[in-house]
Amino acid sequence: MSIRNAPGARALSRATFPWTTPTWPGTVERPPAPNTLGVDYQTEWARSYGARLARVVVTEGVTRPLAHLLAAPRVDGLDRLEQLDEPVIFTANHASHIDTPLLLGVLPDRWRHRTVVAAGADYFFDRRWKAAFFAFTINAIPIERLRVNRRSANLAASLLDDGWSLLIFPEGGRTPDGWGQTHRPGAAWLSVRTQRPVVPIYVEGTRRVLPRHGNRVRLATTRITFGKPLRPREGTDARDLASQIEGALDVLADEQQSDWWTARRRAAGGVTPALTGPSASTWRRAWALGDHVGPRERSRRHREPRWPDL
Amino acid sequence: MSRPGFVLEVDRSTPPTLCWHGEGFKLLRLPEGSRILYPPEPVDALKDPDDAIRQALLHPEGDMAPLPTLMKAGMRLTIAFDDISLPLPPMERPDNRQRVIEAVLDVAAEGGVDDVVLICALALHRRMTPAELRHALGDRIYDAFAPHGLLLQHDAEDPSALVHLGRTDHGEDVEINRRAAESDLLVYVNINLVAMDGGHKSVATGLASYKSLRHHHNVRTMQHSRSFMDQTRSELHTSNWRMGRLIAASGVKVFQIETTLNTDTFPSAFGFLQKREWEWGARDRASFLAVSKSLERTPDRLARSIFQSIKSPHKMSSVQAGEVEAVHAITTEHVYRQQLVDVEGQTDVVIFGLPYICPYNVNSIMNPILVACLGLGYFFNLYRGKPLVRPGGVLILSHPTPWAFNPVHHPSYIDFFEEVLADTTDPVEIEKTYEERFATDDWYRHLYRTSYAYHGVHPFYMWYWCAHALDHAAGVIIVGGDTKAVHRMGFKRASTMRDALEMAEDIVGRDPSITHFHCPPMMIADVH
Repeated sequence: MSIRNAPGARALSRATFPWTTPTWPGTVERPPAPNTLGVDYQTEWARSYGARLARVVVTEGVTRPLAHLLAAPRVDGLDRLEQLDEPVIFTANHASHIDTPLLLGVLPDRWRHRTVVAAGADYFFDRRWKAAFFAFTINAIPIERLRVNRRSANLAASLLDDGWSLLIFPEGGRTPDGWGQTHRPGAAWLSVRTQRPVVPIYVEGTRRVLPRHGNRVRLATTRITFGKPLRPREGTDARDLASQIEGALDVLADEQQSDWWTARRRAAGGVTPALTGPSASTWRRAWALGDHVGPRERSRRHREPRWPDL
Repeated sequence: MSRPGFVLEVDRSTPPTLCWHGEGFKLLRLPEGSRILYPPEPVDALKDPDDAIRQALLHPEGDMAPLPTLMKAGMRLTIAFDDISLPLPPMERPDNRQRVIEAVLDVAAEGGVDDVVLICALALHRRMTPAELRHALGDRIYDAFAPHGLLLQHDAEDPSALVHLGRTDHGEDVEINRRAAESDLLVYVNINLVAMDGGHKSVATGLASYKSLRHHHNVRTMQHSRSFMDQTRSELHTSNWRMGRLIAASGVKVFQIETTLNTDTFPSAFGFLQKREWEWGARDRASFLAVSKSLERTPDRLARSIFQSIKSPHKMSSVQAGEVEAVHAITTEHVYRQQLVDVEGQTDVVIFGLPYICPYNVNSIMNPILVACLGLGYFFNLYRGKPLVRPGGVLILSHPTPWAFNPVHHPSYIDFFEEVLADTTDPVEIEKTYEERFATDDWYRHLYRTSYAYHGVHPFYMWYWCAHALDHAAGVIIVGGDTKAVHRMGFKRASTMRDALEMAEDIVGRDPSITHFHCPPMMIADVH
C-alpha cells in the first residue's frame, strides 16, 4: 500500500484551515515579518538546562571525537590557564569551520560546557534551521560582524557577566588565503567592558582539514597553543588591548614555528613575523605562505592518483 | 500602536472567516467579492488610570468646578453608577466603577462629607445581585456602604423614591430618583462601551421612571434614530438631551465622570477571537480547534456558564469629568477613535454573527427576543451615516436562538413571546395593544422591585429596538436558530449560511453584494 493510500493520509492531504496555516488574502498587504533571525535570533533556549544537557551528550559523544579524529590536535600551553578560574574570552585565529568544534573539544573541562561561541549573524543565523542547529550544537550566539551592533555586543557582555565564557574569532571570519587578517576590536572591547581576561589561542593546520570554500574534509594534524591570559587594566583602551591580542597571537604562531625562547626574543626585539603576512601581491603572499602540509596529509596525498592519470 | 479597522474583499486566498454563533463559533467561507469588516485593534490603555482619574476630578471639563471644591461638610452627596449591562463582558477587577468611585470617595472624605449614598442606575433593568455589586464596586466600597443601607438600587416603581421635575417643551415627563434629584451634588460614574452610552442618557434614563422613559423608549423614537451610535441623528438621544437640560435647569447639579474602554475584549485563551484569521498562529488555531470542538460536545447549560464566567481584560482608555455635555463630547471622540471603520457603500446582504451576550442577559440566558434585539437593535445600529445594509436588503443572523428563558430575570419576556408575538410582530401594533398592560402589571412590578426581574415592559422595548431594522430591511434570516422560535418572531430560518445566502437571493436578486460584520471586538461602521 502506498503512502497516499494509507489510512488518514487522504484526510490529512485534504486538511484546510484551521488545521493548516491560513492563507493570506490577496488584497491585504503583508506587514514586514518581525525579524527573528540574524542578530535578533533568540538563543536563550540553547542555554536552558535541558539544551545544555543534550549538548553535553552531543559534544562528548559526537563533536569532540569527530574533531579529534579529523584534526588530531596537539595542544600546548594549557598550563598557562591553571590559575584561571573565571569566565574568560578565548580569542583565536580562524581558518576553518572545524576551528570551533576543535577548540571547544580541547578546552579544559571547567570551560568546555560553559562557553558560548560568537558566530557571524549573517552567516550562521540567516536561516531558522541553521540558527537552531548552531545555537544548539556549539552554543553559538549571533554577532554582527559587518557593523557595530549594540544588541549583539550587549548580549555577549551580559553572558560574560552571567558567568559564561566566550569564544570569539577577532579576525571576523575564516582566512581567505591562509594568512591572518587584521583583528577587529570586539573581543578587546568586551574584555574592557566586562573586565574578563582574554586568552589568545593559535590554531595551526585546520585549513588543511577543511579550507574556506573547500568541499572535502581531509585528515590532517593540527596544533593548538594557548597563550598567557591578558588582563585589561583600569583605563586600558580597547584598541591597545586589541593590538596586544593580535601581537600575542603572532608570538604564539612564532612559538609554534620555532620555539618558545626564540619567539620571546623576537618579541622583545619587535621582530615577530606578523600573521597577516607580507604586504604584497596575491601571488607573492601565496608564495610566501609555503606549503604547510602535515605528515598525515602528505601520506594521503601520496596515495592519490597523479594527474594526468595516463 | 493599534491598527485601524478595514474592509477586506474576499478573494480565493482569503481564509474562512470567524463568525459568532451564540456559545460557539463557526468558520465561514464567503463567496469571492464579499466584504468583511474588520474592527480596529484595541487602543492603548491609560498607563496610570488612578492618576488619570484624579487629574480628571481636579481639572473638570466645561462649566464645572474641580470636585474637591464642590465637596463641603454637611452636604448630601449621591453617587450613581451604571448597572450590570455595562461593560460586556463584565470586566476583570478592578472595574472602572470601583476605581472612579474610590477616587470620588477619597475627595468626599477629604471634604468632610458624611451623607453619601450610592445608587445603581438600573432604570427598568433587573437589580444587581450582591455578588455583582461587589464585583463592580470592589470589596472596600461594598463593605463600607451595603451593610448600612447606603448602597441602593434605583426603583422606578417606588413613588416615594421618585420626583417629577417637570415637562420638556416637547411634553416629556421628567421623573427621576428623588435622592439623586435632591442631593447637593450628584456624581454619575459611567462606562462608555459604545457611542450610545453616557451623556444626559445616564441620568435621564438610568435614574428615571417608566412614566419618563416611555417618551423616548417607543417605536417612533427608535425608527427615527439613525442611528443610536450617532447622537446628532438619534431621536433617542435628542429626547434624553432635552430631559437632561431640564434636570440641570431644575437645580440638580450633576458632576459627570465618563470612562471609555479599549476593545481588548477576551482573555488570552480566546485570543483568536480578536485576531484576523490569516494572522492566526499555531497557538490560535489550536485554541480555536480545542474550544470549538469542545463546545460542540458541551451541554448548552454548561457552555453558557463557561462563557458567562468570562471576565474581560479590557482596560480604561480615557476618563473625563465635569459638565455632562462637555464631558460626553470628549468621550464620544474616544469611542469613535476606537471603534469607527470606514465603509464605502451599502450592501444587499449583511451577516451578523451574534455572540452569547448582550446587555440584558449577563449571567443569564439569551432568549429569542434578546437575540432579535442584539441583531436588529444593536448590531444593525452599529453604524454612522447609513445602515450597512441597503433599504430592502437582507439581514442574516447566526445564533442558535433557543426557545429558552430565564424565569427569574425575564418573566415578562415569556408571556410576551407566548402571547404577544403569537398575535403580531408589528412593533406599532404591539405598542398600541399590549404595552400598558404589561407595564402596569402588579406581578411584574413586584418581581422587578423585590426579585431580580426586568420590568414588565422591558421585552417591549427590546422589540422596539428592532423597529428601525424591521422597517429598513426586507428580510431577516437566522442561521442555525430554533425553527419554532425563529418563526414565532416572524423571521426565516436557515440550516447553513449557504442556504441563508440562497434564500436571501430570493429577496435581493442574484449575485447580491454581501458584507460580514466581523465581531468581536466591537466596531461602528462609518458608511459613506
